[in-house]
Amino acid sequence: MEITTLPLSPSVRAKLLSAGYTSFASLSAVSSSHLARDLSISDEEAVAILKVTSQYNTLDRIDGSHSILAGAQTAWDKLHEEKNLRHITTSCEDLDAILGGGINCREITEIGGVPGIGKTQLGIQLAVNVQIPNDFGGLGGKAIYIDTEGSFMVERAFQIAEACIQDTFDNFVFHKNDYEACQEKMQPKAFLANIFYFRICSHTEQVAVINYLDKFITEHKDVKVVIIDSITFHFRQEFDDLALRTRLLGGMALKLMKLAQKYWLAVVLLNQVTTKVTEGSFHLSLALGESWAHACTNRIILYWNGNERYAHIDKSPSLRSASSPFSVTSKGIRCLVSNCKRIKMM
Amino acid sequence: MANKLIAQMGLHHSMANVLAARNVLTAKDALSLTEFELMELLDVGLQEVESAVSQISEIACPPCQTALFLLEGRLQNKAQLGHLPTSLKGLDNALFGGIPFGAVTELVGPAGMGKTQFCLKLSILAALPISHGGLNGRVVYIDTEGKFSSKRVMEIGANSFPEVFCVAGKAQEMAGRIVVLQPASLVEFTESLQQIKLSLLQHQVKLLIIDSMAALHPVEYEKDKRTMGQHPLGWHVSFLKSLAEFSQIPIVVTNQVRGLGNDEVVRYLFEAKTRDKKTPERLGSNLTAALGIHWAHAVTIRLVLEAYAGQRFLKVAKSPISPPLAFPFEVTSAGLALLKDDGIEVMGPEIHAIRCEGYTDLVGGQSFT
Repeated sequence: MEITTLPLSPSVRAKLLSAGYTSFASLSAVSSSHLARDLSISDEEAVAILKVTSQYNTLDRIDGSHSILAGAQTAWDKLHEEKNLRHITTSCEDLDAILGGGINCREITEIGGVPGIGKTQLGIQLAVNVQIPNDFGGLGGKAIYIDTEGSFMVERAFQIAEACIQDTFDNFVFHKNDYEACQEKMQPKAFLANIFYFRICSHTEQVAVINYLDKFITEHKDVKVVIIDSITFHFRQEFDDLALRTRLLGGMALKLMKLAQKYWLAVVLLNQVTTKVTEGSFHLSLALGESWAHACTNRIILYWNGNERYAHIDKSPSLRSASSPFSVTSKGIRCLVSNCKRIKMM
Repeated sequence: MANKLIAQMGLHHSMANVLAARNVLTAKDALSLTEFELMELLDVGLQEVESAVSQISEIACPPCQTALFLLEGRLQNKAQLGHLPTSLKGLDNALFGGIPFGAVTELVGPAGMGKTQFCLKLSILAALPISHGGLNGRVVYIDTEGKFSSKRVMEIGANSFPEVFCVAGKAQEMAGRIVVLQPASLVEFTESLQQIKLSLLQHQVKLLIIDSMAALHPVEYEKDKRTMGQHPLGWHVSFLKSLAEFSQIPIVVTNQVRGLGNDEVVRYLFEAKTRDKKTPERLGSNLTAALGIHWAHAVTIRLVLEAYAGQRFLKVAKSPISPPLAFPFEVTSAGLALLKDDGIEVMGPEIHAIRCEGYTDLVGGQSFT
C-alpha cells in the first residue's frame, strides 16, 4: 500500500513523501515522536497520522476466511443474499411480473416519463405500499419522500393509503381477533405518519438532504424506500457549469447507492424527459444526459401506447427488457382492466 | 437554506476559519464541491472534511415533516391553504375546490380560444369579497401580449356579479384591486418578477397571472437550443414555483401553441424498434404547447382549451389529483361557462392533444364583441 492512498490532507501527504515515508511498512515501525521530529510537526499530529495508517492497515488484513480479497464476496454468497432480497409491490400485478416481484431493495431504480403519465402517482403508491405489514406479504417499512417539485399531494396520498389498506384486507382471510388487531394498526393516518417528507427548494438543499439521509436513517431504522420526485428539477436550471452538474449528480448517485447497500433499502428516482437528436431525428429520452444514464441500476420508462399507459424496462442488469400496461385509478396504480374507466373522484 | 452562512453553523473553530479563509462562506459554496475537492482546497484530512460536510448538510437540509403532519396542517388552515374557486362547478369539483394555492397552473390553447377571458374572470374572482366567494385580495396581472381589457373586465364583472358591480363605487374598488403590468421585453419581465416577491406579501396579493409566458420567449431559440439541456426560461420556472410556495397564492400562466413540424414524431428509441414505422395518429391536430417539454414538466396543473366537433373544451391535461377530464364550454358575456358539469373522461394521446377544428364557426357565435 502506498502512502498516497491514505485520506490525509495534501500538505501532510507531501511532508511524508519528502521525508521518505512512501509505504505503509515504513510507517508501521516508526514511533510518533520520531515521526514528529522527521516531519517537524507536533506530536498530536503525528499520532493522528499513525492512527489513520493503522486503521487502514487493519482494514487491509480483516478479510473473511473464505475470500481472497478484503471486503469481497463470492458470487455464491451474493446469490444467497439476493434470494433474501425483498420487493416493494407496485399494486399492479403485470408491472410486478416484469420487475420480478416489484421494486428491488438495495438497488437504485429510475422511473421517467412525459408529464402527466403518472410518475408522482407511482412514487406515492410506493411510499404507501412499503408499509404493508410483514404478515400481509409486505415490508412493514417506512418511506422518505423527497419532493423537489412540490407535486406531492397529501390528500392523494391519503386516498391511495385508504385503498391500499382496503385491498390488503380483501386479499387476506382472517380470524376475527387477528382482524381487529390489524385493523388498529392499519389506518390511513398511521400510514401517512410513516412517510417522512422533505420539501427541497434548490440543488444545494438536494445535495444536503442526501448527505443528511445517512444520519436520518440511522435514527429511523425502518426506512425501506427513499423516493426522490424528481431528481432532475433543480439540476435542469441554475446551471451554467455543466461539468459541475455532472460531478454533483455523480456524487449524489454514489451516496444513494451506498445508502441502498448499507440499509437494504430501495431508492426510487423519478426523472423527466427531454428531446434529443440522434441520426438527425428527434426522439424522447430521459433527462440529465449520458453520464447520468449509467448511474442507476434499473431504468423504467413510462409511456403512452395508444390509449394505454405502459411501463418499459429500458435498462437492468438482471431483468429482461419488457413492457407491461398499467393504469392510474382513483385507488392509485392498478392493473389495466379493459373497459375499466377511471372512476371520477368526487 | 442554501445561502446559510457557514460561520453561523457552530462548526469547530479551526474548520470554520479554514473554510472562511478559502472563501467558502455559504452552504451552497461548500456543497457544490466534492469531498476530495474540499480536501485539496482546504488542505485538511478526509475525516475532518466528512464531518464538516455532514454537519453543514444537516443544517442546510430543510426540516422533515411526516405526511400526516402535512395533512393535519392542511385541515387546520383550510382557509389559508385553499383553492381559488373558478366558478366553473365541474372544474372546481375535479380540482377539489379550484386553482390550488402554492402551485403553478398553466392554461394552454390556440389564439382566441378563451385563455385571456378565463384569466380576466379569475382576477375578478380573486378580487371579490369573501362573502361572494372571492379571496378579497389584490391581483397582479402581468400582461405581456397587451391583451388586457379593462372594459371586458367590467363587462364580465357586471354580468356575473351584478350584486357587486352594480353597487356604486364597488366596481371601482374591485377594478382598483387588479394591478396590471405590461413588460415589453424578457429583461423587463424578469426585473418585475424579482420586484414582485416582496410586494406580494405586503399588499395582500391573492393571485398572480402571467398572460402569456410564451410571448416573451423567442420561438427560434427553442428550436435551436432544445438539445442544449439549459432552458432560457429555466430561471423563471423555478422562481415562479418557489414564489407560489413562499407566498401560498395561486399562480396562473398562459401558454401559446405552436405548429408541430412533420419530422417531430416524439417517441422513445425503444418504441421505434418495437413498432413498425407508421406515423402515429395526430387526431387531426398539428399543434403542441409552446415552451417545450421541460416547461410542461414544471407546471403542476395544465388546463388545455381546445375546439373540436363544433365545440370548445376545457381539459384537465395534467394534475396530481384529477383524472384527465374534458368539459365542453362556451364564452359568454359573463366569461367562460361550462355546458355540462360532468366531465368526459379522456384517454391516451387525446389528453395532450390540442385541437383547433371548426374554429371559424365558433368565432361567429361569440356573444360578445
